[in-house]
Amino acid sequence: MSGSRTDMLKTARAEPLWPRPPLWVSALGAAALALLIAYPFIFTTSFSQHLMILILLYALMAQSWNVVAGLSGQISLGQAIFFGIGAYSSTVLFAKYGVTPWVGLMVGMLLSALAAVAIGVPTLRLRGHYFAIATLLIGSGVQIVFQRWDWVGAASGLYVPIERASPWFYLQFHTSKVPYYYLALGAVAIGYLVVWKLRRSRLGFRLQALRDEPDAAASLGIAIARHKVLAFMISAAMMSVAGTFYAQYVLVLDPERLFSAEISIIVLLMTVLGGSGTLWGPALGAAILVPLSEYSRIWFGGTGRTIDLILYGILILLVCMWRTSGILSLLEERIRRRAEMP
Amino acid sequence: MSPLLDVSGLTKRYGGVTANADIVFDVNEGEIVGIIGPNGAGKSTLFDLITGFQQPDGGRVLLDGHDITGLRPDRISRLGVARTFQKLKPFIDLTVTENVIVGALAHTSDMKTARDRALESLAFVDLLEKRNNFARELSTGQRKRLELARALAMSPRLILMDEVTGGVDQRSIVGLIALVLELKQRGVTVVMIEHNMQVIMRLADRILALHAGRPIAFGAPEQVRSEPAVVDAYLGTVTDAA
Ligand SMILES: Nc1ncnc2c1ncn2[C@@H]1O[C@H](COP(=O)(O)OP(=O)(O)OP(=O)(O)O)[C@@H](O)[C@H]1O
Ligand SMILES: [Mg+2]
Repeated sequence: MSGSRTDMLKTARAEPLWPRPPLWVSALGAAALALLIAYPFIFTTSFSQHLMILILLYALMAQSWNVVAGLSGQISLGQAIFFGIGAYSSTVLFAKYGVTPWVGLMVGMLLSALAAVAIGVPTLRLRGHYFAIATLLIGSGVQIVFQRWDWVGAASGLYVPIERASPWFYLQFHTSKVPYYYLALGAVAIGYLVVWKLRRSRLGFRLQALRDEPDAAASLGIAIARHKVLAFMISAAMMSVAGTFYAQYVLVLDPERLFSAEISIIVLLMTVLGGSGTLWGPALGAAILVPLSEYSRIWFGGTGRTIDLILYGILILLVCMWRTSGILSLLEERIRRRAEMP
Repeated sequence: MSPLLDVSGLTKRYGGVTANADIVFDVNEGEIVGIIGPNGAGKSTLFDLITGFQQPDGGRVLLDGHDITGLRPDRISRLGVARTFQKLKPFIDLTVTENVIVGALAHTSDMKTARDRALESLAFVDLLEKRNNFARELSTGQRKRLELARALAMSPRLILMDEVTGGVDQRSIVGLIALVLELKQRGVTVVMIEHNMQVIMRLADRILALHAGRPIAFGAPEQVRSEPAVVDAYLGTVTDAA
């Protein structure tokens, strides 16, 4: 090897393993974090707190879609399945057996991961759009099952029994939204930390590799089907956490809403808008679309439900015209490329 | 000593096309074996059969005496068999270093170790300069070297290279020749599909010539080149003269 090449190798080895974000990005991040922590004290109205809780909840749900679709490239149209499983697991365990929702949360994650295996093993080995179609169909199938299943209340659903003592044990807060806010913030923090770690791990790199070029990934020893299922399991468990949280927040389970295809689609829209495959894209998408939906509902009354979907569509169209991989991907690329390096 | 790679009777049909017919050849440890043949001769198909990307209709592939016929590509890879693709397959959303890290992760889950291994591999193919670029920004020649670096980062015992010199400028070809010789010196066994006769005559210890899916010659370079069937295949005409 020539001398200059040896020198360049030395320089390259001395570079940090992970590129450091520019100062202004770190500063912005710190400011955002401070704002998030202080938010309920700055914005004290019930509506502004509710709005932020929804943003956090959707940020978690969108990230769950991002793991399976953004990282491993498998378009799931059935994320609502795991949202519903999370909500029903904790509620059924609590309503029928008095088990704390904390345990219900874990059980929901486990059941969701198992459901992901059951759905993923037969469908993820197929290439093309089979997985997307299968998850969409299974999603509506699961909804129908829950709407007819008497033991869990069939179409009228379930109520979470009201419990005023030990709010942190029963995960119900009747006097203030603030605990819900911090619970949601904590869940998002953990979820995003896990994904941040994942993206820098062997598993994360392998998922991105098989997303881009499955054959090349296989030629490097990556078991394609097994890795896709693994990503789907992680995604399902995350979605399930959001479901349990949502059940504890609204205290009523409506299978029509919980298992709706709309939920599966919205998490997709948010992620694609914010930046699919990036860490913060899902959160950005949620921060844009949740207020859009809530305000349009206020401004347009009942018909707002359709108006917000139209607005979503227009936004996505804009993203596609401007750049196919979402708002944040530009920034992330610039950081990863490290063009500033001498 | 049994050969590292032992192929016998390998056959593959695509509908009416017999892409590989009864192919027999072997590769000894530390050897460079070249595969030549006109377009559509079945060279890439042979690689796909050996590495598990296509299932053969007949025949056997032995690696180090063990039957690996029809195993999944990732299983075969983990036995130490690397390959490049004629139709290049870079991970376009990853940087050059990240691409090669995926290869290096075959043997370690420590990211720092993998990164350093990747950088060495990039230095080896002389692509270190582009390490922080995205793979999609590379030229074809650079992509070929990336593909090679990625495969080499998994420290294979055997590497199958599909036309790494095709469409590459003369200066890079010289570099690639040096690179293959260096690989051989490190004890890596090489099977390479090559259109450039000068390159393959210079590098290969033995050459397998294919024509219309059939093996028409296998042996020392000089011997294969003067084989009438090979001359005919390359001239595209049938001559009676011996
Ligand atoms: N997946 C496939 N489906 C159908 N036919 C195929 C497939 N792959 C290859 N073939 C056919 O098999 C024959 C051999 O193709 P192959 O790619 O192995 O040739 P090659 O020697 O690599 O050619 P080249 O020098 O052009 O790369 C060709 O006739 C080709 O059209
Ligand atoms: Mg070929």
